[in-house]
Amino acid sequence: MKFQSQKVAWGFFATCMLLLSLQLVYGFIMGFARVGMDGLHEWIPFNAARATHTNLLVMWLLAGFMGAAYWIIPDECDRELAWPKLAWVQLIALVVTGVTAIIGFHLNWWEGRKFLEIPRPLDFLVVIDVLLFIGNIGWTVWKSEKKSTTSMVLFFGLLAAALLYLPGMIPTDNQTVDSFWRWWVVHLWVEGVWELIMGAILSYLLIKLTGVDREIIEKWLYVIVGFTFLSGVLGTGHHYYFIGTPRYWLMVGGVFSALEPLAFLGMAIYAFAMAKKGGRTHPNRVALLWTIGCALMSFVGAGFLGFAHTLPQVNMYTHGTLVTAMHGHMAFWGAYAMLVLAIIAYAMPLLTGRKVYEQASAGFAFWTSNIGMTAMTLAFAVAGVSQVVLERRAGMEFLTVQKELEVHFWGLILAASLFSCGIIAFVWDFIRYGMPNAPLKQATPEPPAEVPPGAPAVARG
Amino acid sequence: MLSKSAAKAFFLGGTAVTASVFLALTWDTFQQIPERTRASALTEPVKRGKDLWERNNCMGCHTLFGEGAYYAPELTKVYERRGPAFIRAQIKDPQAMYPGERKMTNYHFKDEEIEDLIAFFEWVGKVDLNGFPAKPTLGAAAQQAVANAPTRPQVFTQICVTCHALGGAGGTVGPALDGVGDRFDSAYLERWLKDPAGVKPGTTMPKLPLDDAQLGELVTFLSSQKTKKEVAQ
Repeated sequence: MKFQSQKVAWGFFATCMLLLSLQLVYGFIMGFARVGMDGLHEWIPFNAARATHTNLLVMWLLAGFMGAAYWIIPDECDRELAWPKLAWVQLIALVVTGVTAIIGFHLNWWEGRKFLEIPRPLDFLVVIDVLLFIGNIGWTVWKSEKKSTTSMVLFFGLLAAALLYLPGMIPTDNQTVDSFWRWWVVHLWVEGVWELIMGAILSYLLIKLTGVDREIIEKWLYVIVGFTFLSGVLGTGHHYYFIGTPRYWLMVGGVFSALEPLAFLGMAIYAFAMAKKGGRTHPNRVALLWTIGCALMSFVGAGFLGFAHTLPQVNMYTHGTLVTAMHGHMAFWGAYAMLVLAIIAYAMPLLTGRKVYEQASAGFAFWTSNIGMTAMTLAFAVAGVSQVVLERRAGMEFLTVQKELEVHFWGLILAASLFSCGIIAFVWDFIRYGMPNAPLKQATPEPPAEVPPGAPAVARG
Repeated sequence: MLSKSAAKAFFLGGTAVTASVFLALTWDTFQQIPERTRASALTEPVKRGKDLWERNNCMGCHTLFGEGAYYAPELTKVYERRGPAFIRAQIKDPQAMYPGERKMTNYHFKDEEIEDLIAFFEWVGKVDLNGFPAKPTLGAAAQQAVANAPTRPQVFTQICVTCHALGGAGGTVGPALDGVGDRFDSAYLERWLKDPAGVKPGTTMPKLPLDDAQLGELVTFLSSQKTKKEVAQ
């Protein structure tokens, strides 16, 4: 840790751990409901569990990105954050908004639009919160003399993500228009600007962990985000096949979505190549494992499995089935969850001054969660394909088919248990790292104004 | 070899081009949406129905236009498939229609609200979705035979088949109805349909919202299902 204000990242990472743990609980509630064990239906009906599960995901990933930015930006810009206290306020506001939303879901208070279930008044709070974050990061970058590519890509990715939240708030009475704008948010986030954020964080990690020259890594960063936008923007068309929008989207979406795996493939090759090229062996092997794993699993989950049902001829039958859940789980895990876990795995030893990564539990967390998620994806795949054949192709009744699928959900529950063991190990390691009390590594150009001498921050725990 | 500035130009240029094309297509899409979605038919009940759909997060279990969760049936064509009588009965008492099966929450909607939702589903079903949802091609032969069977009343194809199968097509919640005419006469069938619980206390068969004409039609149809020979094969 070079700067005092980087400590705030720890607060965001701790929030990630908490929300991720809760997300697993809601996943299990849904898994059991699908095999007929829906005893919680009165209190947590499926739609509440589902909205909670996905919104917790979005929230902890955003918290992770924010934490990553608060860690990376001071490091890259070589100065303290503009307003460290505001960062803490912003974290607390985010958590309060999130918790209110989640409680609201259980009381049937929401907007009921897939992934954007947060009720409208809270939308405004989210926007304000994100603006505070962007302002803090932006001002830090602006005041700095060092404007690295990595920090600029990260900043503009975050800014674009904030702006793209707005189309989701355009009011309309037409379901088609509603859906159209909703995908501007959801698609242009996960297959657009979030990939900018992902590319920037990956670059930062690769620069730090492999020791390859910054110029080379950042050059390829441009190429990869270039491919991402070239394919991803018009790739939005794959959400516009069957919602009442013109037929040409089948062609546009089909062609450009087919190119989307290239960006992820590029990302995977890039990570592997840089790791191989790097002469320096960084002691934090587990952080490198998460970094490379992220690039690889995002190609499998987002690139390959996404492509598997993105062609219009295929999507006609797989659209709105469990096949989407198969792709969704591994895509979010590979591209974004693993990315946040990678930056946490990298930053925690530096924040706390401890080296938990040397212990067996760190490797166990990586392998168990990845094997578990792969097995979950397979369970969803078998369930999804069976559903497509029985319901969409053979025309069997929905509920009859769902009963046929129950056995695969037992498989899913088993796989999810394995996955959870890995996550529990990761969270446990996080707890063992303790508080962010590592001494500053480097003389800072500007002494931190906020911290009085002898504050507990400097005293090692 | 590629320089960093060339890479940057590729990124900025590529993004500018695709974003411009995307914006142009978006503009064109909005020109076409009113006609493709019959925006002129967006009446007040339809709008209120959409509002109810969202305020109760129906998408958290069902799908519409194939979007949502995958826990409950796709509802894009529900108006055509099940008809208003079924939808009304299902929303009024979700547990009655699929007894002992996957549960739906009872939202205790007022009658007008249910009509709003039905209006919404009717509008949704008529949006031009480029052919979605596709007809089940593998089951086409069997379905065709069933569809061509004479005198199948609409109430049967919309409501009864949700739980009962006939000729191998339909639900599995209740018993199959092949040969039901061999087992029961029309007087019994009429009493049964009018008040299932009165005939057999504790039955999971719901009392259906049928008018006299529908009831008569259904009784005639069911009592004509004498398929002993075919069952024996």
